[in-house]
Amino acid sequence: MINISEVIETNQMIEKENLDVRTITLGISLLDCIDADVDKVCENIHRKIVAKAGDLVHTGREIEKKYAIPIVNKRISVTPIALIGAAACRETADFVKIAKTLDETAKEVGVNFIGGFSALVSKGMTAADELLIRSIPEALAVTDRVCSSVNCGSTKTGLNMDAVRLMGEIVRETAERTADRDSLGCAKLVVFCNAPDDNPFMAGAFHGVTEADAVINVGVSGPGVVKTALEKVRGESFEVLCETIKRTAFKVTRVGQLVAREASEQLGVPFGIIDLSLAPTPAVGDSVADILKEIGLEQPGAPGTTAALALLNDQVKKGGVMASSYVGGLSGAFIPVSEDQGMIEAVEAGALSLEKLEAMTCVCSVGLDMIAVPGDTKASTISGIIADEMAIGMVNQKTTAVRLIPAIGKKVGDNVEFGGLLGHAPVMAVNGFACDAFVNRKGRIPAPIHSFKN
Amino acid sequence: MKKTIITVVGKDTVGIIAKVCTYLANNRINILDISQTIVDGFFNMMMIVDLSASDKEFDNVSDELEQIGQEIGVIVKCQREEIFDSMHRI
Repeated sequence: MINISEVIETNQMIEKENLDVRTITLGISLLDCIDADVDKVCENIHRKIVAKAGDLVHTGREIEKKYAIPIVNKRISVTPIALIGAAACRETADFVKIAKTLDETAKEVGVNFIGGFSALVSKGMTAADELLIRSIPEALAVTDRVCSSVNCGSTKTGLNMDAVRLMGEIVRETAERTADRDSLGCAKLVVFCNAPDDNPFMAGAFHGVTEADAVINVGVSGPGVVKTALEKVRGESFEVLCETIKRTAFKVTRVGQLVAREASEQLGVPFGIIDLSLAPTPAVGDSVADILKEIGLEQPGAPGTTAALALLNDQVKKGGVMASSYVGGLSGAFIPVSEDQGMIEAVEAGALSLEKLEAMTCVCSVGLDMIAVPGDTKASTISGIIADEMAIGMVNQKTTAVRLIPAIGKKVGDNVEFGGLLGHAPVMAVNGFACDAFVNRKGRIPAPIHSFKN
Repeated sequence: MKKTIITVVGKDTVGIIAKVCTYLANNRINILDISQTIVDGFFNMMMIVDLSASDKEFDNVSDELEQIGQEIGVIVKCQREEIFDSMHRI
């Protein structure tokens, strides 16, 4: 039988160390909403989402109550809209119309984000893909809850540099369109390489075409729990350190597994995956940077950071796969800057640069995330940064992403403020040398060879 | 049998257990196990109870116990046992 110390440990994790279920994301296929008439598409989308997700928020609350564990976000991901709108959309305004429908429907069912205003163009773009991408700045400016992502490359296909070049312009334009809100639009726009079909975390969530009609994916998080566990093993060997992280990751993932099973039963929707990611929030004590410090770094960015992060990421995965047979999504450690108080402090202290963050993304999940750059950063430079990050993903067979925020009207040292879970970010310096001639080349970077690894 | 864990945390005072147990008895909720300890100077009690003979639903019991807790100045929390099982048992 459960004993009192186990009960106290669990409740301490929840109450003091910010253990939570970060998100229940209901993935919904919209493939059956396709029509040649855009109004009909919108009507179909609305009907389908309300039918599938009508009970999502209520179910989430019920589970919260039953186990007294917070479920921070209830969200929806849908089939990439470039596919759904392809037959109906003739101009960017048509895609914006679909975005508005998604936004209104998200508000109606009470979810705080809906992901999937996306295009998958890792090898080439259809006319509809390009139209959707060009509609992103307007779509993100006129909606509140829609999240957008574009997959520009993969290990199997190489990098679609035409899309990367275009995305540099789109990121800039999105920033300009939402300049009055500290370029907030860019916080809802992710550029991917090797995007997973089942990621429950925004802004990059979409419901892959390989998925079932509807599926529940759950993201659990708890950087604070790992940090507290590590406090007890200060100065111990790497073996003890790794063992502690694994054990903690196991416990956290099991909670996610329980919630996922429960939500799946109550909603009558199959369970997809658990994404165990150490996803920080701006709340004090909910920071991945603090874990890195606890491992032994004065600040994230100090020499040794990449090794410490590699270790952390791997142990999190190892603990997670033992706890659930269906670990998926991005599982690992997230290192967004604006959403992590410790990362923000490291940037402000001058310890962490864009280049070091890029190195760190080689060994952790995702990539350059929630990083504010000066407002006068050129589109081609943004494309260059995206291409670098995509190349890391392509060569290392991992998911990488870029979520940059060109802070319009701001320069290095200024601050952008998004509020809520998105936090605030100091504007970081970007290497000022140009890469236009590289970015302006047409075509693709070929897929890498999978032999001769060194 | 679905078991529920009730935890009471707060400053130690006379009659905490009496209050909670009276409520449980009145609602035909059976106590299977009970233990208590002091952590960081705070009174911590845990009960494993069985609601199956009670007329009340989990939600009601949870709300009413929370209310009783507020009256005597402690935090009373009800949770289904599965969260602890899944976390601490392989």
